[in-house]
Amino acid sequence: MKLYDYILSPSCYKVRLLASLIGAKLDLQSVDFHPGQEHKGDALLTLNPAGAIPILEDGAFVLTESSAMLAYLAATTAPEWEGRETPDMSAKVQQWLAFSHRLTASLGGARLVEMLHGNGDLDALQGAGIAALRELEAALFEQRLAGQSFLVGEQPTIADIACFPYVALAPDGSITLDPYPSIRLWMRAIRSLPGFIEMPGIHRLHDLVPDPQSSKEDH
Amino acid sequence: MTDTAMKDAWYPVGLCSDLSADGRKTRLMGEPITVKTGPVGAPEVLNADNEPLPVIIRFGHVWTSLGAPQTDLFTIPEADQPSRKLVDVGVVRVKCSPLRAVENFLDIAHFPFVHTDILGAEPHTEVEDYKVEIRDEEDEVWATKVKFFQPQAAKSAEGGITTEYMYRVPAPTCSVLYKTCPPRPGEWDVICLFVQPLTEDLCDVWPWMALYDEDNTMTELIHFQQMIFLQDRSILENQIPTRLPLDPGMEMPTRADMTSVAYRRWLKRHNYTYGAQLVAK
Repeated sequence: MKLYDYILSPSCYKVRLLASLIGAKLDLQSVDFHPGQEHKGDALLTLNPAGAIPILEDGAFVLTESSAMLAYLAATTAPEWEGRETPDMSAKVQQWLAFSHRLTASLGGARLVEMLHGNGDLDALQGAGIAALRELEAALFEQRLAGQSFLVGEQPTIADIACFPYVALAPDGSITLDPYPSIRLWMRAIRSLPGFIEMPGIHRLHDLVPDPQSSKEDH
Repeated sequence: MTDTAMKDAWYPVGLCSDLSADGRKTRLMGEPITVKTGPVGAPEVLNADNEPLPVIIRFGHVWTSLGAPQTDLFTIPEADQPSRKLVDVGVVRVKCSPLRAVENFLDIAHFPFVHTDILGAEPHTEVEDYKVEIRDEEDEVWATKVKFFQPQAAKSAEGGITTEYMYRVPAPTCSVLYKTCPPRPGEWDVICLFVQPLTEDLCDVWPWMALYDEDNTMTELIHFQQMIFLQDRSILENQIPTRLPLDPGMEMPTRADMTSVAYRRWLKRHNYTYGAQLVAK
């Protein structure tokens, strides 16, 4: 499978992250999104008339929506990430995949304005982003009360991966995550998963080495 | 007015490859300016009153000044060597002091923690002794004989190597880094950080590189540098105090910070205080 990729794109990162978490192999093709605008060039417009990345190619099979790519990777490699155990779970996964587009438009829009000279009404984008974060915080709080760390159950699904990157990068658009403890715990749970990879702006969990407690016990 | 000295310096305000006749509106030290292709096709920079400002075209960027520059913009002779790839990395906006952006670029000690497994890795965190000087003749800050273990020092590096660095500050918001060039021992890769001060706590950063690299595409080289700089961005936006303190007392430097100490001393000596704070203030 070949991913047309940009290192700073949270949507491309969703696909790279899931592939790493489930051990799927991706060939990465770097696209000069900024400053080159290669995604608006003829070659890539032929693949994706919307002029956007990521684009995923598996032989002649081409996908241009990141949520569809997550669904495809999970279905072909790790069906447990689809979250289809019950009708409720299936529907909730779809609900969050659709919700993730609001995060892209709002938090992602604010990030482009603040970081890469994008156009847009920053106040409106930030307002919409904060409204989405509050909704996510409330849902994750309910999940925690039910003893579940992730959006749709005790195990992570593609819904978590679809929502995680733009949320984690909200500070790039000058939106603080300080007011959302449930979101921060959820992000920590995702960053703790075996196979987690980072992207610029999303740091890995650093081991506290040496652990001061354990060294006390040793000596 | 304490920032007159910095008014006379040169600053990057755009990429030569991205100019239009309509122009792009931006700011320089709080002043609105327009960067455009002028009537005869040459790049032009206009102030708020539509008056032309001085312009230099160098290193793929358009440079200007709000004042009356007494000196030419610095040069990088290595960058003129043929067969180097000249890489326009683009622009990234950062909510930090322009001087903080340069100072972070001069720091080696953060590599293992911020650029983990790329420019540094635990437990190889020690910064060995290196040499720092303010060269009076050139009026530049130089750090030489800097050595650091790096897992992937450049896009063209395979596996970990001990990389040698030289750092140079030839202008208040510009830094040039020379580093071991994995495919060509004996030559230096040139990596620059050109910073456009928008205000005292907001800047546009224009990284630029002149590399020997035949294996990687231009896009891959751009992505590598953007990845590195974006890892710094979230750190830079959270530094306190926002303005760079030039007097001792606010922060506690260690031996690894000798370049930063020299940079701050040099800024203070020249009254380059736009984006800085003095304790006495």
